[in-house]
Amino acid sequence: MKTDIILAGVGGQGILSIAAVIGKAALEADLYMKQSEVHGMSQRGGDVQSHLRISDQPVASDLIPLGSADIIISLEPMETLRHLHYLKKDGWVVTNSKPYENISNYPEMEKLLEEYNRLPNKVILNTEQIAKDLGTPRSGNVVLLGSASPYIGIDFAKLESGIRQIFERKGQEIVEMNLNALRAGKKCAVEH
Amino acid sequence: MKKQLFLGDEAIAQAAIDAGLSGVYSYPGTPSTEITEYIQNSPTAQKRGIYSKWCSNEKTAVETALGMSYAGKRTLSCMKHVGLNVAADAFMNVAMSGINGGMIIVTADDPSMHSSQNEQDNRTYGNFAMLPIFEPSNQQEAYDMIYEGYDWSEKWGYPILFRITTRMAHSRAGVQTREPKVQNPIRLEKDAPMKYILLPVIARQRFKALLKKQKEFLQASETSKYNQLFGLSDSLDNENMNAAHKKCRLGIVACGIAFNYLRENYPDGFENPVLKISQYPLPRKQLFQLTEACDEILVLEDGYPVVEEQLKGYLGIGLKIHGRLDGTLPRDGELTPDSVRKALGMEVASYYQTPAVVESRPPALCAGCGHRDVYEALNEVLREYEGAKVFSDIGCYTLGALPPFRAIDSCIDMGASITMAKGAAEAGIFPSVAVIGDSTFTHSGMTGLLDCVNANANVLIIISDNETTGMTGGQESAATGRIHSICKGIGVSPEHLLEIVPLKKNYEEMKKIIRKEIEYQGVSVIVPCRECIQTHARKAKAKNKNN
Repeated sequence: MKTDIILAGVGGQGILSIAAVIGKAALEADLYMKQSEVHGMSQRGGDVQSHLRISDQPVASDLIPLGSADIIISLEPMETLRHLHYLKKDGWVVTNSKPYENISNYPEMEKLLEEYNRLPNKVILNTEQIAKDLGTPRSGNVVLLGSASPYIGIDFAKLESGIRQIFERKGQEIVEMNLNALRAGKKCAVEH
Repeated sequence: MKKQLFLGDEAIAQAAIDAGLSGVYSYPGTPSTEITEYIQNSPTAQKRGIYSKWCSNEKTAVETALGMSYAGKRTLSCMKHVGLNVAADAFMNVAMSGINGGMIIVTADDPSMHSSQNEQDNRTYGNFAMLPIFEPSNQQEAYDMIYEGYDWSEKWGYPILFRITTRMAHSRAGVQTREPKVQNPIRLEKDAPMKYILLPVIARQRFKALLKKQKEFLQASETSKYNQLFGLSDSLDNENMNAAHKKCRLGIVACGIAFNYLRENYPDGFENPVLKISQYPLPRKQLFQLTEACDEILVLEDGYPVVEEQLKGYLGIGLKIHGRLDGTLPRDGELTPDSVRKALGMEVASYYQTPAVVESRPPALCAGCGHRDVYEALNEVLREYEGAKVFSDIGCYTLGALPPFRAIDSCIDMGASITMAKGAAEAGIFPSVAVIGDSTFTHSGMTGLLDCVNANANVLIIISDNETTGMTGGQESAATGRIHSICKGIGVSPEHLLEIVPLKKNYEEMKKIIRKEIEYQGVSVIVPCRECIQTHARKAKAKNKNN
């Protein structure tokens, strides 16, 4: 198996936590992985992305070649579109639908949705709202990961284990909260 | 042992710890920062008493590392590529003296300038100093080459320049670690005590020693397991070659992580002879083998065309070399699997395009950041003066260049705000204002301030003090709480050395002070001081957790 994942969002939204959970899950599944991420200047409210590659064969490049990503997982609807040139023809897009408007010329939502209409495989969910409804407003990124879970080629149980490992040191309560968020995200995606 | 998931930076740090490191000396700089931070947070490093506090700048870092090496212990110094410019004096001369305890200097280059003002390739520095350069192609090699590098450094008696780029520094992969080694005790050299005294008479001997050493460096490169020749049998040495053997059109040289991009494009094995290079000086023997067997050579390297130029020569007559110089690859920017694919003559295809509706989202100063208040007040006052210029520096406050502030006119190198303001004032610019952060000030601004004081330059210097090194993630700043006394010590007149808290409620007072100090004919220093809101929030969170 081989899955190339683009993670996208705005600095501070938590794409690196998603990457960390998938990373733990991939290691537990004895898969090879490479994950390239952005540090430094771009983290200050700018657009950020991470290339995450998991495979049962050694991974060569840290970067995903153009037109070959299996899935774009994005915490922000405009940021998803920024990376479309990486997506392969039948690739999936899983995105949070709630805009992060920290620029004055943010496009109208309808214009963004028009672009989404051209894509064959997509899951568009307000993961922030789902997290709020769960009573855990800050777990939107984990909800999104749950929504993407059917498309990334790793057993759901391994992702749960990834959550446990990443949040272990923050206590059992936080672990349960995030497991809930992960499951809720998956459920919404399946029913979507 | 199970593999651990490490950033390239973290693999380097863990390898240095496992190799028996005794001290790491660095100044923060993207993409090198995480190496030193990893060691600072490592329980093993703490148990082993590894020194890991930040230094004031890269020059003090390399010199201090040399001091530890002098005592016989293993040492590491890490910096971003432009940091080596600051440390260049120490770097060039440690190549003359040589070292005792193993010494590795990591340069994290930033092709594509993700977070830098240039994309200089520091392999040039390695060649300039005539030192061996290691350039790993992946995280596991980064670990292994550091782990083994200390033995090499001690065997040679010279430091190693360890070159990575952003993509390696900030990419994670599974890494197998090795058995930790015992740290060196203090172990002074008995027979070469003069080598550190670079008086001309000794320096001349040391230079001859360095020249003589080149042969050993080259042999090590030619026998290094990190330099590998693919697609040509090893028995094929150049004496046995003749024209009849010339059968390949293209041979490929792939340096560091460029090798990964090459492999990405040949998942089922290479179609051409390939020489992977991760250790320099360039392995002559293997390069001869490759050039004898191939009509043309393609060079893949991240950064400048350093190897390409070496192979091609200035006149470019002789070998047919392709790469960044002849347009086969772009001359600037980091390599990607796609640019390499194109250079190999294969098609690059995107099915979708980024839609035009997507707007750029540049980074910005955080909401609530003290630099914002400084720029707002400063902008308002400077509107009263025609011809005012603001010379700024390297840090979060450089973002003051962007809207809504558009507050600065320059950002060149660490410390250049103060000295440029001085030069501009002397040329007749008024008001000539410098804006610099506290960490940049102690890194390279203090000597410039002394120049200003000595010349009684007509400048206003604003040291926007957020009590941290903010841009790189909030590392300790060298002189938190002591900026005022440093300025006073340098000789700034106490009446024109003023502090203020940059908050909205203090705007009128800030503006009044700025206006008054602009009008003063001489050196004024204003220190707006308020902690970085990021480090402040982090500390508050940690405190809550402990309660």
